Amino acid sequence: MAVTTAEPLPRLPLPGPLARGLTQLKSLGFGMLFLWPSILLFSVFVFYPLIKSIYLGFYESDPLGNQGDLVGFDQYRSVLGGSDFRHSLWITFQFTMYTVVPGIVLGLGLAMLANQKLPAISIFRTIFASTVATSVAVASMMWLTLLNPTTGLVTWILDQFGQPRLNLLNDPDWALPAVALTTIWLNLGLATIVFLAGLQSIPERLYESARIDGAGRIGTFWHVTLPMLSPTMLFVTVVGTILAFESFGQIHILTRGGPLDATNVIVYSIYQDAFQRFDYGVASVKAVGLFFLVLGLTAAQLRFLERRVFYQ
Amino acid sequence: MVTTDEALTTKAVTVGRAVRHRPWGRHALRYIALILGATVVLLPIYMTVVNALLAKESIVSYTPKLLPFECSWDICSASGSQWGNFPKALDQVPLIRYMINSTLQTGVIVIGQLITSALAAYAFAFLRFPGRGLLFLIFLSTLMVPLEVSIIPNFQTVQTMGHSDALWGLGRHILRLDSYQALTIPFLATAFGTFLLRQHFMTIPKELRDAAAIDGYGHFRFLLFVVVPLSRPVLASLAVFAFLSAWNQYLWPLLVTNDDNMRTVQIGLAALRGREIDSFNVVMAGTLIAAMPMFAMLVFFQGQLVRGLTAGAVKR
Repeated sequence: MAVTTAEPLPRLPLPGPLARGLTQLKSLGFGMLFLWPSILLFSVFVFYPLIKSIYLGFYESDPLGNQGDLVGFDQYRSVLGGSDFRHSLWITFQFTMYTVVPGIVLGLGLAMLANQKLPAISIFRTIFASTVATSVAVASMMWLTLLNPTTGLVTWILDQFGQPRLNLLNDPDWALPAVALTTIWLNLGLATIVFLAGLQSIPERLYESARIDGAGRIGTFWHVTLPMLSPTMLFVTVVGTILAFESFGQIHILTRGGPLDATNVIVYSIYQDAFQRFDYGVASVKAVGLFFLVLGLTAAQLRFLERRVFYQ
Repeated sequence: MVTTDEALTTKAVTVGRAVRHRPWGRHALRYIALILGATVVLLPIYMTVVNALLAKESIVSYTPKLLPFECSWDICSASGSQWGNFPKALDQVPLIRYMINSTLQTGVIVIGQLITSALAAYAFAFLRFPGRGLLFLIFLSTLMVPLEVSIIPNFQTVQTMGHSDALWGLGRHILRLDSYQALTIPFLATAFGTFLLRQHFMTIPKELRDAAAIDGYGHFRFLLFVVVPLSRPVLASLAVFAFLSAWNQYLWPLLVTNDDNMRTVQIGLAALRGREIDSFNVVMAGTLIAAMPMFAMLVFFQGQLVRGLTAGAVKR
C-alpha cells in the first residue's frame, strides 16, 4: 500500500463538538458491530449463568430436580457451613498442596536441565514438554494401568520398598496421593515449558557478572536465577492452584470421588449434587462458594506473591 | 596452578577456554541427568506402548513387563499377535467416530475463537468510543469465572432450548443436547484470545490505519488485509492454545452428550474404564490411538504451542 502524499480530503465544516460527537457515534457503531458476537456469548454463557447460580442457591430442589421453595440465605448457610462442604474444601486444599509444590520443583528442575547448551538438547526439550500433548483422559487411562494393584508398575515399585501390594485407588489413605501423582505428571509439561521460557528470558550478562563476582553455582541459583524467575513462579503458582481447584477428569476416571469421599474435591461434589442427585440448589451454592474461593485465592496469591516478585 | 596475579589477569581467557574444552566427564553427567529426567517423563507413555503390544496371555503377571517381548538368554521373541490390539480397540469402541467428533468440535471452536477475538480485539485496539475501557474490563472479568461455576445454568439453557417449543420451535435448532452446537457454541468467545490479540494489535502503527483509510479501506478490509497478515504468529499461538483447551475438554462434553455417536474422544476413552480389568492391553492400544493427534500437534507445532502457552507468563 502506497503512502500517498496527497492532502486529506476536505471535510464538511461542522461545528467542533457536533463533529466530535458524530465521529464518536460512528466509532461506537463500528465498535458494536465488531463486539456483538463476544458480548452476546459472554452474556448468555458467563454472566447470566453466574447470576442464575446465585439465584438458584436461594431455592431448594425437590427430588425430581425441579425448583422448590424459596429458602433464602438459609441454604447458603447450611451448605457452606456443613461438614460435607468443609470436607470437600479440605480435600481440595490437600490436593492443591500435593500437586502445586512438587509440580514447581520438578518443572523447574526439568527446565534447568533443558536450559543447558548441549548438542541434541532440543530432543530433550520436546520430551520434557511432551505431557502437554496428553489430555486428562489419556493421562488418567495410562496411570490407571500403572496403578493397577496386580500388574501396575507403581504398585510393584512400592512393593520393592516394603509397602504391601494394595489397590491404591481403593484405599482412603492412598487414593488422593495417587490422583495427585497423575495430575503432577499431566501438568509437568506445561510447568516445564513456562519455566524454560522464564529461564531463557534471563539475560546472559547477569550470569556473567555473578561469575566475575565469584558466585558459585548455588549462589548464582539463589541470587540470580530465582529472583529473575519470580514472575514465572507467580504465574505457575496461580495457574497451578486454579488447575488444582478445577480438576475433574482425572477424579471422574480414576476414583469417582471415592473411596469414602477421600478424593471428593469441590468440583466433583458439585457434579455429584447436580447431575447425579439433581439437587441444583445445593450444587449452585457450592458453585458460588467455589467462585468466591478461586477469586479470593487468586487475589490473595497475587497480593502476597507480588511483593516478592522482582520485575526487571 | 598459576599464581593469583596471573589467574586474575588471564581470567577472561581461562573462562573462555573452560567453556570450549569442557572435560568429557562433565558433559556425560549432564546427559545422564537429562536421560534420567526423560525417563521419568516418558515412563508412563513407554509402559502404555509396552502394554498395548502385549499379547493376552502375557498381561497377567505379577512383575510388570518392561518389554513387549518374551526374552530368554539371548533370544527375544514377540508373543502372540502384537499389533492385533489396535484393531481390537477400534472394534470395541467407535474411536474413529469419537475422533471425528472431537476434530469437528475443536475445529469449530478454534475458527470461532479466532474470528470473535480478532473482531473484538480490533475494536479495542483501533476504535475509540465511549465506554471502551469499561467494556474491556468487563471482558477481562470473564476470565475470573471458572467453567465449573456456570455449568449448571448452562446445562439448563441447553436443555430448555432443546425442547421443541422453546423460542417458537427454533430453540432446538440452535442448541440441544447431543449436538455439535452444544459442544461448541458456549466456547466461541474468549477473553484470553481477545486480550492476546489486542496486545499485538496495539503494536501496529496507527499511521498504517490512516494510510489505509486514504486508500479507501474500511475497518473490515483493513482488519482482513492488513492487520491479520501482520499478526500471523500471534494468531497461530492463539489457534494452538484454543486447539489444546478444546480438545482436552472433559466436564462439558460429558454432560451434553448421551448419544454414543456424539461423544468426544475424551469421554469415549473414559468409557473404556472398567474394561481394563480383563484386557488392559486393548484399552492401552485405544489410549494410544486417542493420544496420537495431540502428539502429532506437539511434534509439528511445538514453536507455536510454546509461544501460546507462555504468552501470559513471560513479558517479552
